[in-house]
Parts: sequence; C-alpha cells; structure tokens
Amino acid sequence: MSWAPKNESDTPPLPPKKGIREWLNRRTGLDDLLRNALDEPIPGGARFAYIFGSGLLFIFISQVITGVFLALYYVPSADHAHTTVAYITKAVTAGAFLRGLHVYGASAMVVVLFLHLSQTFIYGSYKGRRELLWLSGCALFGMVLAMAFTGCLLPWDQRAYFATAVGTNAVSEVPWIGESIKRLMRGGTDMGTLTISRFFVAHVFLIPACIFALVASHIFLFRKAGAAGPVHEDPYHPKQEAEPFYPRQVLMDLSLTALLILGLGLLCFFVPVQLGPAANPADAQYIPRPEWYYLPVFQWLKYWHGSVAIVGVLVIPTLIVLAILALPFLDRGVERRPWKRPGAMGAYLFVVFSLVGLGLRSQYLDRHDPGVAQQLAKQRAEENDYASEPFEPELSSASLAAANVALADPLAAKGKTIFEGRSCNACHGDGGVGTAAAPRLIGIKAKFSPDQLAELFKHPTAKMNAGGMPPIDLPPDDLKALIAYVESLQ
Amino acid sequence: MVEDARWSKSEDTRWSKSGTGAHSDPGLSLESRRSFLGALLAVGGTLVGILMAAPLIRFALFPLLRRTTELKASSVGTLTEFSSLTDPVMRTIQIEQVDGWRKVVSEKAVYVTKDRQGNLCVLTSVCPHLGCTVPWNKEKSEFACPCHGAKYAADGTRVSGPSLRGMDTLETSVQDGQLLVRFQYFRQLVSDKQIIG
Repeated sequence: MSWAPKNESDTPPLPPKKGIREWLNRRTGLDDLLRNALDEPIPGGARFAYIFGSGLLFIFISQVITGVFLALYYVPSADHAHTTVAYITKAVTAGAFLRGLHVYGASAMVVVLFLHLSQTFIYGSYKGRRELLWLSGCALFGMVLAMAFTGCLLPWDQRAYFATAVGTNAVSEVPWIGESIKRLMRGGTDMGTLTISRFFVAHVFLIPACIFALVASHIFLFRKAGAAGPVHEDPYHPKQEAEPFYPRQVLMDLSLTALLILGLGLLCFFVPVQLGPAANPADAQYIPRPEWYYLPVFQWLKYWHGSVAIVGVLVIPTLIVLAILALPFLDRGVERRPWKRPGAMGAYLFVVFSLVGLGLRSQYLDRHDPGVAQQLAKQRAEENDYASEPFEPELSSASLAAANVALADPLAAKGKTIFEGRSCNACHGDGGVGTAAAPRLIGIKAKFSPDQLAELFKHPTAKMNAGGMPPIDLPPDDLKALIAYVESLQ
Repeated sequence: MVEDARWSKSEDTRWSKSGTGAHSDPGLSLESRRSFLGALLAVGGTLVGILMAAPLIRFALFPLLRRTTELKASSVGTLTEFSSLTDPVMRTIQIEQVDGWRKVVSEKAVYVTKDRQGNLCVLTSVCPHLGCTVPWNKEKSEFACPCHGAKYAADGTRVSGPSLRGMDTLETSVQDGQLLVRFQYFRQLVSDKQIIG
C-alpha cells in the first residue's frame, strides 16, 4: 500500500539534510510525499504507452490557468459575451494566443483522453480490482465532454449559438422529461442570456469542481491499485521487476508534455483561433456544425427521427454508456494480452471505426451537397471577414437610449432641449438617470399619466419642494414636449 | 496483503531495473545521479514555466501596456465659427468615453467664450457650486445659476453668490481648424479646481 507510511527498512536511507529543507520537511513531510510520488513502482519498467495520464493532467492544469485568465475580461451575458471575447481576441495583448491555447487545449484534451482510454482498454489495465479506477475515469471522460459542450457556447458567435441550439434540441428528444431538461439547460424555452449564465456556471464552477475531485480520486485509486504494467503482467499480483516512476517514466511523461506545449504553442501562433460574427438568432440560413469531436454524435443523431428517435437518442447511447461503465465488472478474466481478447478488441475497433466513419460521413455529406457546401463556405468567409475587422467597442445602452430619443420623436427631441436648457438634468441627471439630489425619471411613464405629470410640474408636492424641485412655468407646447421627453425615458 | 508482499521484496530486486545505469558505474551513486537529474529538471521546468507565463503576464498586464480607458477629445466646432465671438455661445458636444470593451457616448453643454486676454476658451456649463447647468443671461451679460443664484462673468470668473470659485475651463486643442475639448468633471464646493473621475 503505497500511501501508508513505510517501515524504515523499506526505503533506502537518505543523506542527512540541514537548513531550510529539513525545517520544511519536519513540518510538512514533503520529502516523504515526494518520495512516495516518485518511487511509485511500475511493474515491467517505464514505457511510452503510459504517458497519456500525466499528459491529460498537464492539459487540465493549462485549461484551468488559461480559463482563469480569460475570465479577467469575459462577461457571461448575451449582451456582452461576444464583445468581450472579441476584445480578448483582437485587442488584449497575447489574448488571441491565450484563447487559442484554451480552445485548442480542449481539442488536445479529447485527443489525449482518447489515447489514454485506448491504452487502458488495449492493455486491459482496467482488470484486477480496478473497477472504481475505471468508473472514475469514465466520469472524467463525461466531464471533459461536458466542459467542451458548455465552453463552446460562451463566445456567443454564430457557430457557438447554433451548435448549442442543436445540442440542447437533441436533449428534448428524451421522452417525458426531455423538454423540461432542455428548458432547464437553456434557462427558458429559447436560447438567451440565461443560457449563457447557466453554461458559464457549469463550465467555470460546477464541472471543474467535479473534475478536481474526480482527478484526485482517480490518482488515489490508481496508486491504491498500483500500475498495471505491460500486457503479460498479472493484473492482481504483479510479478515483474518494478522500476520507480522517477526518473525514466517521468522523463517519458515530460516528453509528451513538451510535445503538447510545442504543438499547442505553434498551432496558436500559426493558426490563430477564430471568432465569428455575433450570434444572430434570426439568421434562418445558418447551418450549425459542432466541434470536430462531436461530429460523429451529430451525424448519428441525423439518422433518428420521429417515433424511432428515442432509440437513437436514448436507448442505444444509454446501452453503450452502461456497457462501458460495466466493463470491469463483466470482463473478470486475468487475460490482458489484446490478441487473446478478440471480443474486446473487436468491440473497440468497431466503436473506433464507427466514430471515425460517422465523422467522415458528416464531412463527406457537407462537401457533396452543393447547397450546404456553399452555405458553409459563406459562413467561413463571414468568420474570416469578421476576424479581420478591427475591434469595435460596444456602445453602452445608456448612450443608445439618449441617441434614439432624439431620432425617434421630434416632440420628445424638443423636450430634451428644454430638459437640458432648464437644467433639469442638473439634478435628475443626463437622460433622467437620477443623481444624489433627485430621483431617476426613467420609467416614470408607468407611474404617472401625462396629465398627472403636468400637474406635478406645475404644483410640485411638499416632498418635491423640500427636495428642491421648483414649479415649472412653461408655455403649453413646451410643457407638452417636456412631458413627451420625460415619458420617453426608458 | 498482496501489496505488502510486493513492498517487502529486497531493494536490489525491486529497483534493479532503474535504467540509469547506476550499477554499471560504481563511482557515482544512484542517489546523486537522481538528484542531479532532479536539479536539471527543476531548472528546465522553471525555464519552460517562465516561457509559458510570458503570455499570461502580458495578458494580465494589458492595462499597463495599452490604454484601456480613454476620454476622446470632442469637437466644439470650427475656429472660424468663433472668430467674431462677442458673447459666450452654448454648444452641445458629444463625449465618447472608451471603457475597456465598451464605450459611452453622452452629450454635454459647454460654452465657447473669450478669456481676459481675448483668447478662445471653453467653459463647462456645470456650476462649481452644486452642479446645476448654468444658463447665459444675454440681457444682463452674465452667467446666472438658476438653482442658488451664483453669478459669473462672460469669461467665467466668479462675480457673486454661493460658489467658491469661477466656472471651470476645459482643456482645449486645435486640430485641422477644429476646436477640440476634453470634457471633465470637477469637484463641487471647493475653491480650487480638482478633477474627479
């Protein structure tokens, strides 16, 4: 049991240490922790096949750090999400690079996760008292896919909006409760600002918290069970000579990390991540396409419509998920060599080829339908056009309200000049936003009719008088204009 | 327990395949080789860490590297419009304030007038007493605040009333024959001009 304190005789004696290191060690037990982590025995020795787990850990940490930094500028609301992502991508120094790391990091996560899962499956490393390890891994897989799904919406561009619309629509195919789940996910019947809030909270608080807990339990369970070793090793009682995790396995793991850093860095530098035009729910021509790793699912769902939809959307996926979860409980044999497990390998290849096939089929159909191909090309062109435009700050809503009034109603426009000429704005603020001296006038239409306002203007109440509001003596036309303006304030 | 049996194997058989070739070189102990590699990894890791932190730091320090908030100068009109100015004239200027990823466009009334030396200057219409908008009284040839009766001369200097200072001048510049002004707010109820916000 590797976490438990060991007998003195189990560990080679350490040279005596002095100074701050020893002081720190006495108080934290850091050396023991480090030795425990680095001396993890790997039956059969270090191998490149085992590097994917730590690669995933690295990407996860990178996603957390880049995500936290992106949140410095991001605002989760339908009004501002797209502007703030455009600001990050186009204006903020290193913003396009960091956002690229985060976006491409998500793809890299899916790729390395697939490799990690494949290695575990092909090596039969889920065998031998590793059921919980496998289950925590499956849960992590689900969490990563959920992170990809929720993160995709946050930029609130055309691609994000419509991909999520399709994704949440698919959920409504679930009988009885599907519509309710969809509404719960969207925060309403339609996609909107509440959808962003929900996806943001899931993406930034809930799912990462689950991932932290699951990663911790995954590593704990892994250390508890011990490394499974090569395919001809006994999953219960390892017999081969063990090599400690450090140094050779560490170096091999680090080689993948270095490759990931280099690959992601170059990708972000040479293929800057895109941001399309802001989501326009009224765009009836837009053809939604999910991220590449969701293409197989997307294609799969196309085959199931009407009364059989439940089979494709619910029954088959549930059976597949249950089969995957139950794998270490069903497959109890100690045989790990893939060539002696034709059933398992056949199933693996079938799933992989199906996924690749569905993904390729989706791509093929898109390319060979002239209408779709043309529209997708147009969408890409729009994305490129938008990407090349310089960043334009969003006009704040207060500015818009003031500007619109002047344009819309000539009477209200006249009233605005009176409002400012008579210094009403001195106390009530520009556009009637209110100040410390006097209340806001925005929305006053709901409280008072024009006649009531005229009366209040001519004969202010005692409370108004006390606040410094003078009676307004204006020609009837001007009074009408002033009332029209005050009533127009929204 | 099975695991215990595994751990109780002798050191030599458990770690025999340590891969660093320690056993073939009796001059250098395994421990010192491992700690040398550890130091190398620590240095390498630190360097890569610094390299990776660079974009993060640049991203977070963006407000130090570039302007993220900006009050743009607003045009009051062309210089020729004001060449034969006798009385102060009120102009409404559009103020564009960039605030990170948003901008606020608002309108403010200012007065174009002449100072004592006869040079063009721009006064804010906000009374330095309590912030009311001060109108120009053409008949009496003075600024008279409707709220508390503060009075100012045509160049903005204080004449009488509760205000502790004259009307505030705004920073102006000329570009391509346009008179530009930077609108600012000043603290009320103090005798000197203090910029706020």
